Amino acid sequence: MLGPVDYIIWMLVTLADGFCLACILKKKALFQHFTVALFLSASIAVSVGRYLVILTAGFNSHAYFYFYYYSDAVLTICLFFVLMGFYGHVFSQLGVNNQVRGGAMLLLGVTALISYHMVASSSDRLITKFAYELSQNLYFVGVVLTYLLWGAMMKLHENRTRLMQLVLGLGVFFSAFAGSYALRNLYPNLAIWQYFIHVMALWLPVSWAYTFARVTEDARTETARVIAPTAQ
Amino acid sequence: MIPALIFIISFLTLLQFFVSYSRSLIAASRLHDLSEQAREICGFTPRTVTGSHFPRLLQLIALCPETGGDSFQVRVVDLYFRLLGLARVSTSWAIPAAKPWIEAERGGCAYAAAVLLDRRITYNRMMIAQQSGH
Repeated sequence: MLGPVDYIIWMLVTLADGFCLACILKKKALFQHFTVALFLSASIAVSVGRYLVILTAGFNSHAYFYFYYYSDAVLTICLFFVLMGFYGHVFSQLGVNNQVRGGAMLLLGVTALISYHMVASSSDRLITKFAYELSQNLYFVGVVLTYLLWGAMMKLHENRTRLMQLVLGLGVFFSAFAGSYALRNLYPNLAIWQYFIHVMALWLPVSWAYTFARVTEDARTETARVIAPTAQ
Repeated sequence: MIPALIFIISFLTLLQFFVSYSRSLIAASRLHDLSEQAREICGFTPRTVTGSHFPRLLQLIALCPETGGDSFQVRVVDLYFRLLGLARVSTSWAIPAAKPWIEAERGGCAYAAAVLLDRRITYNRMMIAQQSGH
């Protein structure tokens, strides 16, 4: 059963999504960061959907369980589109963004197949287990892809502050979620992770909203200042 | 075995992403020159700033009304400062060479806090001037 703290965090996440979307629209960055807006819209729709399912079927119902994990997988796939968008921004000048996007989509498909194979070969064959396994694996693939993107940005001396902060924010989010899912697999009875995941869900819309609201499109940061120690 | 491996890798990447993210926020602050008034209040110049100034600056920031959602940056820099404190304690015996870097980073956090304070003071002065103008 959800307590008042869960509902408050849930509401805050939905409001933060809405606020970030408003920041994107206000800064006229919708076309440039369309996938980010798509993810935020999907996240708001999923929040409303989950609330309606709880109202109609109840928190402990199978319907909510199914809806929760499948909507989570859909949101993670939306995040992959966001990541592809960032790849597109970084590699646009090299003219290889289509190949990179194709490779990443292939990886997404392979992850889904492997997750399905892992669950199908297990004894219980629960379809919800597939959704859970898929989310966990997708988060980890997200960590790897974001890390590769960050490495490429460093190599190419990418200095667009807004893009840097958006990618790093996504990296923090993917890492925290992949780690949380793995830890929950190791220690399923740790209640603290339930709150940790909810609070971490706030990170992405808040950090992105901050970036869109405070960092202008033409702001630049030296790559060396972000990755290497600086002398005072 | 696999979840443990995923956890370790994710934890390490989380640290790296968070450190880089915090450094990108601090790097943006370094482009800002402190006003004379802020230097007087803070009691240091950009060359003499150290990590020891950070807690007092945080208290001063808390006293000054917020300007358009900069509290997120305050929280991130504060968390990064605490992380550096933890790193300083835990690595002082194992990697002594890391100490100057950690101190430089803590100084960077203090400078970023001073810039935030400076912006808040300037913003609030402007608001007061506008109100008194009406």
